[in-house]
Amino acid sequence: MQLALEKRAERSGTIALVSPLIAVGLTTATMIILFTILGKNPLLALHAYFIAPLTDGYSLQEIAVKATPLVMIAIGLSLCYLANAWNIGAEGQFLIGAVAGSWIAVKTQGTDAGAWVLPAMLVLAAVAGALYALIPAICKVKFGASEILTSLMLVYVADLFLDYLVRGPWRDPQGFNFPTTAEFDPVATVPLLIEGGRLHLGSVIALLVVAAAAILLGRTIRGFGIRVVGAAPRAARFGGFKANQLIILTFAVSGALAGLAGIIEVAGPVGHLQPGISPGYGFTAIMVAFLGRLNPLGILVAGLFLALTFIGGEQAQIAMKIPLDVTKVFQGILLFYVLACDSLILYRFKLVFPSRQVARGDG
Amino acid sequence: MRKSLLALTAGLLLAGNVSAASAADKLKIGFIYVGPIGDLGWTYQHDLGRQALVKELGDKIETTYLENVPEGPDAERSIEQLVRAGNKLIFTTSFGYMDPTLKVAKKYPNVHFEHATGYKRNPNMSTYSAKWYQGRYIQGLIAAKMSKSGVLGYIGSFPIPEVVSGINATVLAAQTINPNIKVKIIWANTWFDPGKEADAAKALIDQGADVIMQHTDSPAAMQIASERGKLAFGQDSEMIKFGPKTQLTSILDTWGPYYIERVKAELAGTWKSENTWGGLDSHMFAMAPYTNMPDDVKKMAEDAQDAITAGKLHPFKCPIIGQDGKQVDCKGGDHLDDGQILGMNFYVKGIDDKLPGK
Repeated sequence: MQLALEKRAERSGTIALVSPLIAVGLTTATMIILFTILGKNPLLALHAYFIAPLTDGYSLQEIAVKATPLVMIAIGLSLCYLANAWNIGAEGQFLIGAVAGSWIAVKTQGTDAGAWVLPAMLVLAAVAGALYALIPAICKVKFGASEILTSLMLVYVADLFLDYLVRGPWRDPQGFNFPTTAEFDPVATVPLLIEGGRLHLGSVIALLVVAAAAILLGRTIRGFGIRVVGAAPRAARFGGFKANQLIILTFAVSGALAGLAGIIEVAGPVGHLQPGISPGYGFTAIMVAFLGRLNPLGILVAGLFLALTFIGGEQAQIAMKIPLDVTKVFQGILLFYVLACDSLILYRFKLVFPSRQVARGDG
Repeated sequence: MRKSLLALTAGLLLAGNVSAASAADKLKIGFIYVGPIGDLGWTYQHDLGRQALVKELGDKIETTYLENVPEGPDAERSIEQLVRAGNKLIFTTSFGYMDPTLKVAKKYPNVHFEHATGYKRNPNMSTYSAKWYQGRYIQGLIAAKMSKSGVLGYIGSFPIPEVVSGINATVLAAQTINPNIKVKIIWANTWFDPGKEADAAKALIDQGADVIMQHTDSPAAMQIASERGKLAFGQDSEMIKFGPKTQLTSILDTWGPYYIERVKAELAGTWKSENTWGGLDSHMFAMAPYTNMPDDVKKMAEDAQDAITAGKLHPFKCPIIGQDGKQVDCKGGDHLDDGQILGMNFYVKGIDDKLPGK
């Protein structure tokens, strides 16, 4: 007798709904075992991870701040992935957006530039991110180059370009040679929503992006086209949807959103341009996009949830001395279970009895 | 079942709160580390300092640390998390935490902060660092004696004054032994990246360097030097086990005494914002045993160490000639003053390289 996976005749709607819940349940169970092995009280640990951060206004703000870039990038990526265009380089588009926007901030530093500075930074960042994302998209459409590889490689180009700027031409003259620009002027800074807090306007922009994506995918022909091209390329061709055009479009939109997220992060929580402005947001957002099942609302929830694990992980480290690595293990286990449970949407377990068959005798 | 589980949870949480309440009598001290505590270098030494603190004052204090906190957008939140968890004195142990620490310090005037190696202060934010250039000077003497090729390899992290003054001190010392000494410098642009550090060490050895010195935090360079049969200096911590036949000495960061002193001040209510910049005389750092060198070189190193400790020898003794051939202003009488060293942004004559960004 053995256990086998058998393809279902059609997608299981029930499983599609409950699979994230099963995944969270399995993750929780695994973490309880892990905490017990570590000699930590599992209930207190889970409380520190999931409940404590939700119970005070400060942590809620921090969750929103952390989720903002993740959600914005992931929304863009989901459009790409729905259209079967594999943008892996959001990290690079994020950095280029940050660089382009910072250019205005650096050039206007100390001048009497008015309120136009921040809006101009946001627009320029989005445009730059879009243009940067178009490089792999055009290479794909014109030359058939794998967009997975080209977009990924451009991440390192962007990273080194930023590095060059803050070590060279844009370096803070008062910064003792440390690789950073000077602090941005107030007109070049994303305004805070709550005085004394850290929640900033970027979170509102992220919500608008989620809403716009939901409308695009749910209510417009263009959104329908994106989904059809991804799900059934042949049908899409018969339907008159041009796959190449959509690759260009989705890449541009996703690059623009990543670039926008980049400048918001730099002009918001960080306050100046420096290397290491992204702790891997562009890559974590890929996880967020899939956890959210490429659905705008799902991505919002997934982004907040992942941010919760970051903040909760930190609080667990402080309150219970649980090592940081456990938080990383936790995120890995979660993704693993989500993907594993998802396979049950298309497959089901089946017991196979090898009757009337000569047993394969290698034991 | 469900009910009993809930009751159990509530009970456990209550128990957690009770223990938190009893811990509240103890002064809470927080630490932010840039690397993992197992980096065997910079962060490892800070954590040894924390452990020394616990050993000394463990009945009066409770310590908490956050490791691997990147010097980016997350730093401010991590520091604030420590504040919100009730820590009253917080040590932020890397240069890149300067602005985030200052931001949080301004927000919580009743909490005290200690930032390592920075230059911005506040009524509730001190800075502390060590005069490592003194140790670099001793290393420069040893290196020039031990090098057969006359080429030293130097792995830099970032071209900030702390690192630049270390390079200059090394070269000035080496020139007193061998006026034609050459130093090859590679900027790793990181504090901790064993792979990059190892690559840099390989490249330096390939360029003829036979003594490797580093201002990065991992033992990777020591391991490469050991494999290639060259000599090297450790950094931050004792690295002799990575190169028993390789390590000449190492600059050991000894934060424990400082941490104990500051926490005692906090406990006594006498903590003030200060700028502490301690040298060999104040035990902010120490030299590891001098090994793998002949006795006369060892003697020379020990004599230099004694002279520096006693204040008889200053590594930046005037006259100092800059790379441009011009004499550097001598603001400290017969040596450069602290401000000139803390803001050092030039190479001394004899370094055949260009300071990045100059």
